[in-house]
Amino acid sequence: MHRSIIAFTCLAAALLFATPGWVQEKITLKSTSVDLPDPGALFPGPGADAVNSNCLACHSTEMVLTQPAFPKATWEAEVQKMIKVYKAPVDEKDVGAIVDYLVRTKGKS
Amino acid sequence: MAHMVSKRPSNSIMGNSALAAAMSRRTALWQLGLAGLSLAAAPAFAEDMIKLPLPSDPRERPLTHDFPQKGTMILQRTRPPLLETPFDVFDRGVFTPNDQFFVRWHWAVIPTSVEINTFKLTVRGHVNQALSLSIDDLLKLPQVELAAVNQCSGNSRGFYEPRVPGAQWANGAMGNALWTGVRLKDVLDRAGVKAGAVQVRLNGLDDPVVPDGPDFKKSLDIEHARDGEVMIAYAMNREQLPLLNGFPLRLIVPGWYSTYWVKMLSDIEVLDKADDNFWMAVAYTIPDTPHASVTPGQTGVKLVPINKMVPRSFFTNVADGTTLPVGSAPLRGIAFGGDSGVAKVELSIDSGKSWQATALGKDHGKYSFRQWQANVLLGAKGSHSFMVRCTNQAGDVQPGTPNWNGSGFMRNVIETVQVTAS
Repeated sequence: MHRSIIAFTCLAAALLFATPGWVQEKITLKSTSVDLPDPGALFPGPGADAVNSNCLACHSTEMVLTQPAFPKATWEAEVQKMIKVYKAPVDEKDVGAIVDYLVRTKGKS
Repeated sequence: MAHMVSKRPSNSIMGNSALAAAMSRRTALWQLGLAGLSLAAAPAFAEDMIKLPLPSDPRERPLTHDFPQKGTMILQRTRPPLLETPFDVFDRGVFTPNDQFFVRWHWAVIPTSVEINTFKLTVRGHVNQALSLSIDDLLKLPQVELAAVNQCSGNSRGFYEPRVPGAQWANGAMGNALWTGVRLKDVLDRAGVKAGAVQVRLNGLDDPVVPDGPDFKKSLDIEHARDGEVMIAYAMNREQLPLLNGFPLRLIVPGWYSTYWVKMLSDIEVLDKADDNFWMAVAYTIPDTPHASVTPGQTGVKLVPINKMVPRSFFTNVADGTTLPVGSAPLRGIAFGGDSGVAKVELSIDSGKSWQATALGKDHGKYSFRQWQANVLLGAKGSHSFMVRCTNQAGDVQPGTPNWNGSGFMRNVIETVQVTAS
């Protein structure tokens, strides 16, 4: 009962002062702290050591696992882009194993 | 500019126990997958997955509730987050709720804590007076509000054929919000832009994971930055932004692709020459051709930074595979004009042979989604191709054939859904 009177009063006040451009809800910002989910997962299947040790520092597995099948040349270009453009610290001796995994998992001719 | 925030340490990506737990979870899902993704046979699993109407596998994505300040989202990538808006959200209203607005980050070093009292936005470079503005300083400037669509350059990339690498979005890497904040022009005027200024470069609090990786920064021409429409928003649908949508401040570039809408905006740098940083000169460039379209394999095409959006329209109450009774059927959806308003939305229920007008909903301004609706008469049983197309106020109309480029940018082909009348 009490609450509904207050609500009615607020509504009346809002209607009274609801002239365009005048009633702007006062916006206040509150400090915010959140937790992001742990990406967790490793690349599945055999021969995944190279992708697991070189790729997960920058992105979780879904970046690869949601991709459709691509030719080997596309995967080679992607790996080189990660190294040259995004400066991924990929061990040179692992490049072959990474491409092999991508082609085996997401490859097509 | 990171003194006021705490960052996720880049070397604590995952502990061994977390890895083991995640691995066993992944293994369980994987085995389930191998056992056959029969939706009927695995109801608990099915509830948490969504099948996107992409042209080839993989089409399934998890639905996640695990991200802070976000409701149900399609999980495209956990880290850095890529979260897509489930398309049914667009049927519920012209504004996209903050907790289901899409999320896209380039680098994984994202501050998880922002202290409002110590946060500062700096303005520097080719100006008379460098500034360090608090949130309170910004709240004292004239407040402006604007409804505008925020759409990823690569929205709908997953529908590209031939397929291209990148986030395999369906159509949900877009949203419409009412943005409240201040004009970028007013902030630049307070600093006093010097003669000879060429561009304004915007940077946010996110950082590369690797020390020499290119920090994500975007630039606008000085005239564009000072056009009185480009905004610094501190509110989205009248509430502070979810952290993953750019809290506390986000640049709003009405009519332009989301790549320019810098999140967690913390630094504004006025440049006396064109920005040649990687994110302007190499990434987010498009062929300088009609519809940014080329033939797969075509080379020697001039590339320019992606810029204005183009018109699009969608069905929101029917999708591929919907069954409707013969007779009158109400159809509805959303449209936007890109960098100008929606002039008209037309509908075809006969594979594009004939088109009819639709009724447009309330106009929330030229950069907003606009709802449309129409009643159609389904005279015969069987399969029907429904198509919808938007023409904007500049006279640009959605094309009948899909564009193609190697980055999967700027898709805006006329949408078609196959509906069965029974």
